[in-house]
Amino acid sequence: MVKIDIQRLNIWFGAAQALKNITMQVKKNEILCAIGPSNSGKTSFLRMLNRLNDLTLSFRMSGSVLLDGRDITKIDIELIRKKIGMVFAMPSPLPLSVFDNVAYGVRMSGVRNKHSLEEAVETALKQAYLWQEMKDRLHESAFKLSGGQQQRLCIARTLAVQPEVILFDEPCSGLDPISTAKVEEAMLKLKKDYTIILVTNNVKQAARVGDRTAFFLTGELIELDQTEKIFTAPSDRRTDDYIRGRFG
Amino acid sequence: MTSLQRQKIAFALLFLANLLVIVPVGLIVFIIIQKGWPAMTWQFITDIPRQGMRAGGIFPAIVGTIYLVSGAIVFALPVGLLAAIYLSEYAKDNLLTRIIKLAIVNLAGVPSVVYGLFGLVLFVSFCKFGASILSGSLTLGIMILPIIITASREALESVPHVFREVSLSLGASKWQTIRHIVLPNAIPGIITGTILGIGRAAGETAPILFTVAAFYLPRLPSSVFDQVMALPYHLYVISTQVPNVDPKITYGTALVLLILVLFVNLIAIIIRARFRKKKKW
Repeated sequence: MVKIDIQRLNIWFGAAQALKNITMQVKKNEILCAIGPSNSGKTSFLRMLNRLNDLTLSFRMSGSVLLDGRDITKIDIELIRKKIGMVFAMPSPLPLSVFDNVAYGVRMSGVRNKHSLEEAVETALKQAYLWQEMKDRLHESAFKLSGGQQQRLCIARTLAVQPEVILFDEPCSGLDPISTAKVEEAMLKLKKDYTIILVTNNVKQAARVGDRTAFFLTGELIELDQTEKIFTAPSDRRTDDYIRGRFG
Repeated sequence: MTSLQRQKIAFALLFLANLLVIVPVGLIVFIIIQKGWPAMTWQFITDIPRQGMRAGGIFPAIVGTIYLVSGAIVFALPVGLLAAIYLSEYAKDNLLTRIIKLAIVNLAGVPSVVYGLFGLVLFVSFCKFGASILSGSLTLGIMILPIIITASREALESVPHVFREVSLSLGASKWQTIRHIVLPNAIPGIITGTILGIGRAAGETAPILFTVAAFYLPRLPSSVFDQVMALPYHLYVISTQVPNVDPKITYGTALVLLILVLFVNLIAIIIRARFRKKKKW
């Protein structure tokens, strides 16, 4: 089942075109990985989906992007960002306590009831496999956590808003291998309930967790296929070169 | 000359420049304390001026200055902060914004006596507030607006961009983001601007000269439409307009003004330190 349907998408920042004529679908409950060298447009692609690109004044786009059949540019911007959550490249806790970080989005959507907030925080932390470590540290500053814990906190914070799609923008680029494994484990379990799009610079990570993988190069979608096929028998020579580390 | 020697000379010059900054400050404080301290009695602080301001105390001037500074802050802080939020968070880079920014820069460069004349024309005459605390506070308020706006803008803009993106990405609106993330983290910088404004407002004579300050008014004001005495103007009066004033009274007045400004600054610094401790990045 198609969750996000993208047709003839172009993105510009000023005169520079970041994405060229992208047509693709994201399926419900899959992990779609986007790989490619830097400047390939994969992060612009991700930030377009929850409309964070709109913060950049020079941003323009054309084409259509449908979430469950509805044009994302015609849905209320706060609602689209609740439905499509995002985990950023560097762990980015807000300067608040662990509890307040996870509760932030829930509070902003109008929930004031203490009990509901506590419940939402506990559920989200459990989903991000952080509850055991955090249940006695809820009121400490989020900055006191380790990098890996911070990143899982950011995942929990995103989950607490109950999104349908989660965007991961190189979520493990600042993490050690053990923390990376934990984040990957969380992602694999999350795809049961969510649709996940993962931008990664780590080709092996795409191979480990991706159901399908998209290869971007200088703003073009070169190839999108089952991860296994991309890594064993890609149809485009440039994909093969990138995966084998011949460039990028 | 070896590079090491050159480095030593450069270092000595830099250090000397700093010394030149410290020495006058130290001397001013030292002389004022030395000459003004003998005047510092309980009576001096709590009594009204007597014998043509040659004896008694300066209580009405202290109260007047506190009223004027408070009034200026009550007016300038909200207006300045809201203007700063608009400029740093909402304003697009267009002609209007550039004109506003230019106006703020120019406002900061206007001589204080011009503010005094402006206050006289606008508040005293046109608005018919008369020479009053209201007119004086508004005039001082306008004078410190650019200080508060500039400091607040810098404080708002120094809040890391990623915090805003995170907040927005969780479905918060732009105003919620400003209200819950940007503002709380900008408070220390905003307070710094306010401290600077307080110091300026407490010390200036020219803006209050035509708008509020009384030459001699040995009672406390009963409403915002009353005139008051104020420390800087009182200091000017007793040092130039009244013959045979004991210098210790003059220096005592200067000392009180200095202590008052430092005291208000101290409170603001303590508040700022408490907010800084809460800031965790």
